[in-house]
Amino acid sequence: MDTRGHSIFQLPSAALLVFTLCASGSAWSAWNNPYPADEEGKNVLYSAFSERPKHLDPVRSYSSNEYVFIAQIYEPPFQYHYLKRPYVLQPLTATAVPEPVYLDKNNRRLPAKAPVASIAYSLYTIRIRAGIHYQPHPCFARDDNGNYRYHALTRPEIAEIGSIADFHHTGTRELVAADYIYQIKRLADPKLHSPIYGLMSQYILGLGDLARSIAARRRDVTDSYLDLNEFELEGARVLDRYTYQVKIRGKNPQFLYWMAMPFFAPMPLEADRFFSQPGMQEKNITLNWYAVGTGPYMLTVNDPNRQMVLERNPNYHDDFYPLEGEPGDESTGLLADAGKRLPFIDKVVFSLEKEDIPYWSKFLQGYYDRSGISAESFDQAIRISSTGDSMLTDEMADKGINLLTSVATSTFYFGFNMEDPVVGGYTERARTLRQAISIAIDFEEQISIFLNGRGIASQGPIPPGIFGYKTGREGINPHVYDWVSGQAQRKSIAVAKRLLAQAGYPNGRDARSGKPLLLYFDTTGTGPEDKARLEWMRKQFKKLNIELVVRATDYNRFQDKMLNGTAQMFVWGWNADYPDPENFVFLLYGPNKKVQNNGENAANYDSPEFNRLFERMKDMDNGPERQQIIDAMVEIARRDSPWAWGFHPKQFSLQHRWLYNVKPNLMANNTLKYLRLDPSLRVAKRVQWNQPVLWPLLVVLLGSVAAMIPAVAAYRRRETRII
Amino acid sequence: MIAYIIRRIFYAIPILIGVNVLTFTLFFIVNSPDDMARIHLGVKRVTPEAVANWKAEHGYDRPLLWNNTAQSADRVTNTIFFEHSVKLFMFDFGRSDDGRDIGSDIAKRMWPSLAIALPTFMVGLLTYITFAMLLAFFRGTYVDTGGVVLCVVMMSISGLFYIILGQYVFSKLWHLVPISGFDTGINAIKFLILPVIIGVVGGVGASTRLYRTFFLEEINKDYVRTARAKGLSELRVLFHHVLKNAMIPILTGVVVIIPLLFIGSLIMESFFAIPGLGSYTIDAINSQDFAIVRAMVFLGSVLYIIGLILTDISYTVVDPRVRLH
Repeated sequence: MDTRGHSIFQLPSAALLVFTLCASGSAWSAWNNPYPADEEGKNVLYSAFSERPKHLDPVRSYSSNEYVFIAQIYEPPFQYHYLKRPYVLQPLTATAVPEPVYLDKNNRRLPAKAPVASIAYSLYTIRIRAGIHYQPHPCFARDDNGNYRYHALTRPEIAEIGSIADFHHTGTRELVAADYIYQIKRLADPKLHSPIYGLMSQYILGLGDLARSIAARRRDVTDSYLDLNEFELEGARVLDRYTYQVKIRGKNPQFLYWMAMPFFAPMPLEADRFFSQPGMQEKNITLNWYAVGTGPYMLTVNDPNRQMVLERNPNYHDDFYPLEGEPGDESTGLLADAGKRLPFIDKVVFSLEKEDIPYWSKFLQGYYDRSGISAESFDQAIRISSTGDSMLTDEMADKGINLLTSVATSTFYFGFNMEDPVVGGYTERARTLRQAISIAIDFEEQISIFLNGRGIASQGPIPPGIFGYKTGREGINPHVYDWVSGQAQRKSIAVAKRLLAQAGYPNGRDARSGKPLLLYFDTTGTGPEDKARLEWMRKQFKKLNIELVVRATDYNRFQDKMLNGTAQMFVWGWNADYPDPENFVFLLYGPNKKVQNNGENAANYDSPEFNRLFERMKDMDNGPERQQIIDAMVEIARRDSPWAWGFHPKQFSLQHRWLYNVKPNLMANNTLKYLRLDPSLRVAKRVQWNQPVLWPLLVVLLGSVAAMIPAVAAYRRRETRII
Repeated sequence: MIAYIIRRIFYAIPILIGVNVLTFTLFFIVNSPDDMARIHLGVKRVTPEAVANWKAEHGYDRPLLWNNTAQSADRVTNTIFFEHSVKLFMFDFGRSDDGRDIGSDIAKRMWPSLAIALPTFMVGLLTYITFAMLLAFFRGTYVDTGGVVLCVVMMSISGLFYIILGQYVFSKLWHLVPISGFDTGINAIKFLILPVIIGVVGGVGASTRLYRTFFLEEINKDYVRTARAKGLSELRVLFHHVLKNAMIPILTGVVVIIPLLFIGSLIMESFFAIPGLGSYTIDAINSQDFAIVRAMVFLGSVLYIIGLILTDISYTVVDPRVRLH
């Protein structure tokens, strides 16, 4: 009876399916192919994004899901070498990575090895390559008289425009040094809310004054366009057509890394002028959504709700695959394309995929060329060998999928609010309490249970791959670990209990009052999926007989608590901006406290000794002396334990065998240009993996017909029944 | 009837104001302008100055509902509520907190929503009525009992289950349709088949059971007995007499949701990566974009009111006894 009802229901659905597929002329090899049939076999990379980007303006964009797009379009003067490790900068549009010239307070030149204290300013002179041109774009289009074709559009003309593709004429022009200066000035425009303005105004001379001048002018004029070339900026100036100079306060070796980020990519004045025309914003045609760059790709489809498409920039300058890498790159084929012209791939299609299941299924069907591994699909993709190594399952290996792993230059830590009266402070009592908790929270277990082994427990604030990180015995945190049989071993709970007793809480009770020790963990984890994690956390404290109260709240309230300093213990994280230890140890620098200063020091740690060493270390070049200072700082932090340290996540990525030259690079964002595809192999595999299974349709059809027969018979019986 | 409709439109104004006040209050109980600024400015290196700038630029630096520092009417007008609400009544939705024009986004995103909702609605209605009539026809038999049990089972299963099962069976196992995605024009069809089937199947249990009740209610009435006594076939009785009269309660539930088809389906659009208004609303809630949330709630209220008016009008079409004054 059930079957019959089911069949009747499926009849229209199945018929609809067959009919529609035929009607839509779907004559491609695989029915479930989500891409147009004419793209089959073409040199197109398929990828996905899970969250729509908020900003594509390089002056505002500061998140990895936006860099995926804009880093392929905008070109700062420098980039990270794709293959070499440790990470090293190389010129991109610049002719060389400049050595800074140091000046004293009277602007007199100092020697390269001058003491940091004597350096009042650093001068960076950047020369860019001649002959680099922007992508074809309507903002550069000129009419026969040489005037810009689309810079004085009327509202009725704009009303007829739906997207940037509706402008039929495009043009280009050569990249000049002034475009870089224009972008630096944009950092100061209050209307653009650049996230690094606050930081950069401390370095680039005159940036703060420029911001005030722009703000004043914006109050006076209603026009949304403001020619920033009308404003002077003391710290950035054009020397000649291809050369510009940036002057910063003091010495800051990290400044070059900042200049390798999209914040410092060139912005043509024409683009700003074009997009600022009245009426453009109503059409959502803005510089915040449409990129104009010199990079290997240009954004040709910009629908952040569905699909973003990058296509090869026909004006892209000479750029070649690296000739050298690190040892082992040659044997893994990463140098097979050495010296070849970039980019290799013609088009990159990013589709919005919010849910993991469809994303993963499409990857297995060959419709995405690479994928991460979600928790749900981990067991299907990865097995752990007897030696503890992560390996592909047979199913993945049979498909020819490759696995790449790397430890992220990130840290997730369990923090103590150092201003809290119980867990905070710098007394021996508080310090030993924090050390005891640091031992008790078994991050190795957390990584194993909740991250499928994808992470390594931290020994300090600096992750692997960053200068200052140490491996082996000398790299362990001696307050939490022992070195046993050649590896770090977490100290026993007995040690933690002893420390707890020393702190004045024998067996988890306050020796003075006799009351049980009650601690609070503030978190944003309010969903059912967080329950297990929070329960696990309670158990860690239970090992010391400490009662942990979880104060779960929404993100906003949590932020407020952190800003007000009312959180007691929390979990926080940080991703590297650039490969320098300063970018991690500054998270413990006193003046960066979140409370009062709204800085990134979420634990509000403020050790005068640590601060003094940080101020010395931050402006130093990498070398033994800097390493020594970092070691001292890390030891101070380990002893004080403002963090229970946590873990550095491991990134697992999978790619199909038809994708080449994939190497995790955690600093570079412009890596699409190095990838190469074998589209014919992909077509063959897609056909093999996606043969439509038609027999169920036939079964449904026959079943429906079969179910109809007794129904019709019953009807006829009823109609002919004599009452 | 025109006077009735005009009167209903005027009645709608205080309702819309109330909805707007309620949305505003609920939103700002949970989120402060500072929270909104922090969400939009990102999590790294956000300074208090940047937060203040963002609030000033987006008009969130004013008092929420009452401005004590202003004079006369400005006490009301120079507030976040007034500035962000009054234009709604002229259907000027303004800009989202990330600067995009909301009206333009809605105009673009309602079509994908409709592309799923309309066929689901029409195919669904046809299917549910057919099944319900089938059960009514076989009333009291094992077919009826089995059908009702099946309906109860189907309506007890979460919609999410249908989605995941449908994606697994149709796309992953049988490779018949893409598992998710969207395209424009004729190319959209292959992406719509699965969500439409799932949408229809997901509604079979509840709707068929409900409509069956309507039909059974009519089937036992005197006029049906008279029709049978005249010698009409059961099919003719069902389609010609019962269906017509059972359409009144069906219309009550159906017409009101027609305008809401524009709003889209929150879960379906998310799982199938359909760029419609359902996912637009979810994204806005997640990113604490008050401008979009407010616009979507307002639009939903307007469409619901339109749906109610249409329902009233439809009564006059299917039941000549009903007159609107």
